Amino acid sequence: MKTLPQQRRPAQVPFGAAHTDLAEVARNLRYQIVQMSHASGAPHLGSSLSCIDILVAAYWLTLRIDPAAASAANRDRFILSKGHAAPALYTCLAARGFFPEAWLDTFAVHGGKLAEQPAPNCAPGVELATGSLGHGLPVGCGLALAGRIQNLDYRTLVVMSDGECNEGSVWEAAMFAAGKSLGRLTVVIDYNKWQATGRSDEVLALASLHDKWSAFGWDATEVDGHDISALAAAIAPRGEATGRPRAIIAHTVKGKGVSFMEDDNNWHYRIPDAAEVEHAAQLLATP
Amino acid sequence: MRNAFAKAITELAIADERIVLLSGDIGNRLFDDFKARCPDRFYNCGVAEANMIGVAAGLAMCGLRPVCYTIAPFVTYRCIEQIRVDLCYHRLPVTIVGTGAGLAYASLGGTHHSCEEVGMLRLLPEMNVLTPADAMEVRALLRATFQQDQPTYMRIGKKGEPVVHSAPPAGLSLGQSIPMRAGKDLCLLANGVLLPIVLQAADQLAAEGITAEVISFPTVKPLDEAALRRVFAEHTLVASVEEHSVLGGFGSAVAEWLADHPHPEARLVRFGTPDTFYHDIGDQDEARAHFGLTADAIANSLRRNLTVACSP
Repeated sequence: MKTLPQQRRPAQVPFGAAHTDLAEVARNLRYQIVQMSHASGAPHLGSSLSCIDILVAAYWLTLRIDPAAASAANRDRFILSKGHAAPALYTCLAARGFFPEAWLDTFAVHGGKLAEQPAPNCAPGVELATGSLGHGLPVGCGLALAGRIQNLDYRTLVVMSDGECNEGSVWEAAMFAAGKSLGRLTVVIDYNKWQATGRSDEVLALASLHDKWSAFGWDATEVDGHDISALAAAIAPRGEATGRPRAIIAHTVKGKGVSFMEDDNNWHYRIPDAAEVEHAAQLLATP
Repeated sequence: MRNAFAKAITELAIADERIVLLSGDIGNRLFDDFKARCPDRFYNCGVAEANMIGVAAGLAMCGLRPVCYTIAPFVTYRCIEQIRVDLCYHRLPVTIVGTGAGLAYASLGGTHHSCEEVGMLRLLPEMNVLTPADAMEVRALLRATFQQDQPTYMRIGKKGEPVVHSAPPAGLSLGQSIPMRAGKDLCLLANGVLLPIVLQAADQLAAEGITAEVISFPTVKPLDEAALRRVFAEHTLVASVEEHSVLGGFGSAVAEWLADHPHPEARLVRFGTPDTFYHDIGDQDEARAHFGLTADAIANSLRRNLTVACSP
């Protein structure tokens, strides 16, 4: 993966870096994601670009993780439940040192390690095979419950899409988490207002996500899903072993950062050509 | 059988702190002893089976050994994709126990029948499928389940099933069949709770001088292939008997094995439910009679088959 001109590689920006540095990290990750889609022909670019700031806030500012001990029993758990945004996860994990950045070059390539959507134990740091929606939160409930049973104080963070909230299993899990007081479980919803073939508020009656999660017994907050500092502040509270789970509704723009992709749902499936990759590089080169 | 399960899982959980019991809002008072002895390892997951399977996956990923328990059709059909993706794809040591399987809840109607779930679960890679015949096989298989690391489905009955074995079959491992009696004229492969009926059918034939070997097959997957190899080498008539559809279940598994290991002299007859729902009002015995799963019906059919098989 090439890095944007005159910029540091994301891997050179350490955990806890300043917001301006992390904005640079996010622009670079976006560029890597665009290149990966172009190189592999894998879709879902808009979905990856909408959630990348959430992942930067998690991986650079909040999660208690050590790439050298990726399976440590007390590590924080991160699940990308919207598995179709796998490039966002892979680029973050590579940048944080969980595996070599060269692996990104084999994304969705026969013989490579990184499948189009995460496979079981495909790479260090990938906690769950996702791709079928509505699985991440039930499994996240199990991880959170296991922490309480085993007296470990790790937290569990699950990132879901708004379209994913169509799935009944999400709401089964929402009732379970509140019913069992899984205080160390946090959900971030990448509310980019689109699902595969339509506006997420129109396909089903999705709104209000805030009211729904509140009504299900969660502490719900809303945040600008592209303000890394605000996201980090919202995600930061680790919660208690027994308490209310927390839902963060992150308002995002599908395709964020590449103006000609922003809020255009064609980029759920479209693959950028070489000229579009070059155009994206120019758009992402500066704040 | 469910009481045997509750007692056995409580004993196992006392000795093994990894065991966590998840219930789908079923088993009123059944698990009082478990709850008293392992209070932080019992969770009623409500009437939400898909989530229950996902929760079990998360627990198993952290080294625990969850068991998901509710009525068979709900803990299988309802959440088959969660079983496939969360448990099988990740190869997690989660045990699913479906109670009231087959026609045990015949009187509650087709929503509560499960005569297809063995076939569904048998298709899933990594999945073990266990079908104990009585309380003793439940105890032996449950113990064996926690000595291996794959997802496992166990179908059990409800209560009051006849106990066939005098003790849990010693050293029983998954994939092992249990010889019940010797016989030279044919062989009956009994799967699950119909074992007592199969033994009665063998008794009826014995009274006429026809001796039937009887084997209990409490594991559909992995299948005891060594036993099948011997059985089909020694017998020209072999019958499978199960309280499950003849499509996809134990009899299908045996037929598939036979297709891959041809024994031109041997003939396989499969007893089970046909490709239809049970629409009548009736209890388990009446539903079994409707589908010909009684000792009389099985013995009659076998007599006819023996005549055909032995005729020149």
